[in-house]
Order: sequence, then C-alpha cells, then structure tokens
Amino acid sequence: MSQYYSTNEAFALTPALTLALFGCWILVFDFLFANSKQKRYFALVVVAGLIFAGVGLYRQQAFLATSGDSSIIAFSGALTIDRFALYFNWVFELATLIVALVSYNYLEIEGEHHGEYYALLLFAQCGMFFLAAGTDLVTLFIGLELMALCFYVMVGFLRGDKRSNEAAIKYLLLGAFSSGFLVYGFSIMYGLAGSTRLTDVAAAIAARPAWDPLVFLAMTTTAVGLLFKISAAPFHMWAPDAYEGAPTTITAYLSVASKAASFAFLLRIFLGPLAPARDAWEPLLAAVAILTMTIGNLAAISQTNIKRLLAYSSISHAGYMLLGLIAGNDTGIQGIAVYVMVYAFMNLGAFLVVIALRRKNIIGDDVDDMAGLMYRSPGYAVLMLIFLLSLAGIPPTAGFLGKYYIFLSLIETHHYLLAVIATLYVAVAIYYYFRIVKTMFVGELTEKAPLATSFGLRVALGITGVLTLAVGVYPEPVLRLAQNSFLR
Amino acid sequence: MMDALFFYLFATLVLGGAILTVTRRNAVHSAISLIVSLIGVAGLYLLQQAEFLFAVQIVLYVGGIMVLFLFVIMLVNLDQAAKQRRFNRQWWIALLCVTAVGVEIAYFVRKGASAFSMARPPVAAVANAGGNTEQIADVLFRQYLLPFEIASVLLLVAVVGSVVMAKKRI
Repeated sequence: MSQYYSTNEAFALTPALTLALFGCWILVFDFLFANSKQKRYFALVVVAGLIFAGVGLYRQQAFLATSGDSSIIAFSGALTIDRFALYFNWVFELATLIVALVSYNYLEIEGEHHGEYYALLLFAQCGMFFLAAGTDLVTLFIGLELMALCFYVMVGFLRGDKRSNEAAIKYLLLGAFSSGFLVYGFSIMYGLAGSTRLTDVAAAIAARPAWDPLVFLAMTTTAVGLLFKISAAPFHMWAPDAYEGAPTTITAYLSVASKAASFAFLLRIFLGPLAPARDAWEPLLAAVAILTMTIGNLAAISQTNIKRLLAYSSISHAGYMLLGLIAGNDTGIQGIAVYVMVYAFMNLGAFLVVIALRRKNIIGDDVDDMAGLMYRSPGYAVLMLIFLLSLAGIPPTAGFLGKYYIFLSLIETHHYLLAVIATLYVAVAIYYYFRIVKTMFVGELTEKAPLATSFGLRVALGITGVLTLAVGVYPEPVLRLAQNSFLR
Repeated sequence: MMDALFFYLFATLVLGGAILTVTRRNAVHSAISLIVSLIGVAGLYLLQQAEFLFAVQIVLYVGGIMVLFLFVIMLVNLDQAAKQRRFNRQWWIALLCVTAVGVEIAYFVRKGASAFSMARPPVAAVANAGGNTEQIADVLFRQYLLPFEIASVLLLVAVVGSVVMAKKRI
C-alpha cells in the first residue's frame, strides 16, 4: 500500500492542497467578517493562500533544480510535476493574485461582496493546477471541470444583473456541451490504449498509422473540446457574451487564467498522446488559427463595448498562440510559453483600467466612457496606452516579444503564408486598439466622476504595468524561464 | 436458457419504458415509465455480472435522480404545457440519429465482436480481485485515487455554487 501514499505524493500535491485548504477556510469562517466592508479581509486570505502555494511551487522547483530530475511523478503517473507544469502554475499564481487584489473594491461597488467569491477563486486555481500537472485523462478532465464549474458560478456572480445571468447560462450550456465532446474523444483514446495514462495513450496512438480513422475521430472530438476552452473560432461564440456579462474582475481572470490553463492542457494533449498524429491535426489547427485570427480581429473593429472588444481581441490572441503549436519547433513552443505569460499581464492590465471605470451608478464599460481619460486621470490613460501597445505587439513592450517568437518559429519552419496572414492581422489589431487610444487622448471629457481606485488596484496596476514594460525592455529572465520549462 | 429469458424480460422493460416515456403526455407518467426503463437497465447490468453497477443504477438513478425529477415536475406547473402542441419539429433529426445508430449496430452484429479493434484492459487486475465490486474499489482507490479526491473538491464547489446561485440573500 505504501507505494500509493507516500511523502512524494504529498510533496507533489502541496500547492493544490494549500489552495483547497485556504478555500475551505474561507467557506468555514465566512461568518467572521459579517458586513460587506469587512469581507475585504478575504482578499488578504487569498493572498496568503497564494503565498503558501507559491512556497510549495518554489520548493518543487528547487527540488527539480538540485536533484537534476526532469519531473516528480506521483500517484503512479496521474500527476507529473515538471518544469512545464510549474511554469504555467506561476502564470496562474500571478493572475489570481492580481484578480484578488482588485476584487474587493469592485464587488463592493457591485453590491455582491461575498466570501464564496474568494473561495471560488482559490478552487478555480486548484483546478488549473491539475490541468497543468495532470498526466492522466481522468485527472485532466476532473481538473478542467473543477476550474470550469468555479467559472460558471463566478461569471454569474452578479445575480441581480440580467447580463450576468445570461452570460452564466450561455457559458454553462455551451461549456457542458463542449465537455461532452472532450470526454467522447477521451473515451476513444481510452479504448485505443486500455489505459488513461497519457504515456500509454501516446504509445497506443504511435503504434497506429497517422490517418487511422479512430485516431482521427479521437483527435477531432478532443480538439473541439479544447478549442472551445481557449475560445478559438468556430467555437468562440460564448466568449463575447460571457466576457461582457461577467463581473469585470472575472472577465479578466477568465480571459487570462482560464485561457492559460486550457493552453497548458492543449499542449499536454497535442504534444503528448496526439504528437504521432501530427500530420492529421496540423492542417486542421492551421485552418482554425487563421479563422480565429480573422473572426477575432475583424469582429473587434465594430465593437462599442470595451469588454466585448477585449473579448474579440482575446479570441485573436488565441489564434496567434495556436500558430506556435503549428510551427511545432522549440522556438514555437517556447513562443507559446512566452506569449501566455506576457498576455497574462498585459491583458489583466487592460482589464484593470476597465475595472477602475466601474463606479457607483456608472457602468463604464463602453469605449465612449474612456473619452478624455487623459485629462482626468493621466496616469491611467498612459498605463492603458502601454497595455494596448503591448496587446498590439509594438516594441518596446512585452507583447512584441510574444509575437516575435511566434512569427520567428513560423519562418523557421517555412510557414510563410501563415506568417504573412498573422502579420497582416496585427495591422488590423492596431486599428481597433488605437480607436480606444484616440478616444482616451482626443475625446471630449463627458463624465467627471473620479475613477474607482483602491490600494489593491494601484498595486495590481503597478505590477502589470512594470512587468509589461520591463519584460519588453529586458526579456532575458522570462525567456530563460520559458526555455527551461520546455527542456525535454 | 434462464439468462436469455431474463434478458428478454429486462429488454422489454427498457424499451417499453423508454417508448412510454416519450409518448405519455402527462409528465408524471413519463417519469414513472423512465423508472421502469432504468430498472430494466439495472437488470441488464446484473446479467452481465456487474453487481456494483446494478446497485448504483438502482440507488442513484431509480432512487435519487428520479425523485429529483418527480420533485421538479410537481413543483413546476406543467398542466399548461401538457395541453399545448409540441412546437419543435425535430423528430426527423431523431429519426436520422436512430437510423445511423441502427446501421452501426447492424454492421457490428454482422462483423462480430472482432470488429471493435480496441485494447483490452490489463488482465492482471481482473485475475486477483474477488469480484466486480472489489475490482472497482481496487482501481478507484489505487489507480484513480487522485481524480477521486479532486472530485470531492468538485462536488464542494458544485454545492457552494448552486447555493450562491439559488439563494436570494447569501
């Protein structure tokens, strides 16, 4: 029996256990902080949970570095802590930290400040941990559902708001549908291998021809489920509605952490068990990536709601990230890693400014609400400019770095047509990002109410702003981290 | 001989219950027919020597989920709906699906079991375990211990989430 429960298992599980424990703590001690003002202490509890989970991650990283092992394998192969899993977990840590910091003020304004929100944040990150570290079909699927379930609830957290209700029900129904596809694909993989461990599935698929109909069926259905989660076209329909209706803090979290976790999952599946069937999925994903960039960029042009605009922009970013997988060489995969990290803080940053625009009695999620922001709060306007420059991919911001490696990998692998299309869409993206910039700097100031700032928001803006600029100017550390995470 | 007899008995229950479920206008009658159908499925599990699935089918589906169905039916006022004509015309999609599944089944019945070129689960586990239930326990608490534990967090989130969504004042 001892081989199933050992200190090795406990060590591998530390970050997830910590997150779940802190989540339960919040649920149990919710009564300690009775009124809405006091609930803000839960944000501190979340930060404490993140710190402890971060210590766990750091110790795992240190263990890998000193022992020279490439991974910690626990639960007889159901969980693998490797540098890949740790890298993505750092992204989740960052995203949850930023969201927790800005949530308390926002929820007070919305009048829905409850302890459960903070518990769900932690549980969602717990699910993401298993998405990045799971190497078993069942573990991955349950991790995905844990994360998704938290998001369904959090998207509908503003229960008095019809838009939030609508967003939650749409996300729930479409999410459940896509999970069905994913499980269908998994069941075929299990049928092929007789085991749910990814290594066994990989061996079984490698033993079959690349165009085997069963492998193809498993690949397409799994891809549908995964592409839905990263909101790639033609499975992106839920994203604009869910992003618009959700509380803005959750929109930010959804667009960054959920997407990063789903990308970790996607890479695990496509570079693991489905790697032998590369000839089958490469053209499919290339078509999806082109369609995603097209729909994301072209639909964003006509949006007037800033959350919808950022939703479409986030769809197009998923397309760029997929290009790295299509290129498939080391540069491309590292490019995805860099892109996920960079995208996390620049997109969070852009949403932070939108969060600050939500004030008592002012919804503030229209592009016009940004009008004349420069004359009222120049600091915010300049930060927003930096984030938008970065999202568009203009040097010297961090966003350039992400796009640079993706495009470089396309050139290296002779995907010239894809590279040209992707570059052309960057020009389109610049157009709609700069529409916001123009409104901020040239538009006439109509709404004079001060922005909703808080200590947490300023800290979060500081972190994201500094990172966006610092990584753009001095990319060495992030690059090294990304390279290490994909050493095979 | 006895097995065949029981198989046809349970198969009749499954099919008869299923047909009544979709043809009855009264929702309560439909729900009760569904119970009959589910009991038939449980019987089929027992014939396959899957005692654990048999018990779970009775306890969970016939017991828990059906009671929930009946509760919902009784809480929601369905008299109005029962008088209305069905407004969606989707029966032909169902017909297409049934035909497709029918063709698949006919194909596999003709070709025999070898047409499914699927991998067999490892034999070692089957040999040394006592019975179906022991085997499931063995796999669940060894090979699938981790997903089993995460599922507990998942259920906690589901409970908390449904309360958050449903309660007027938290």
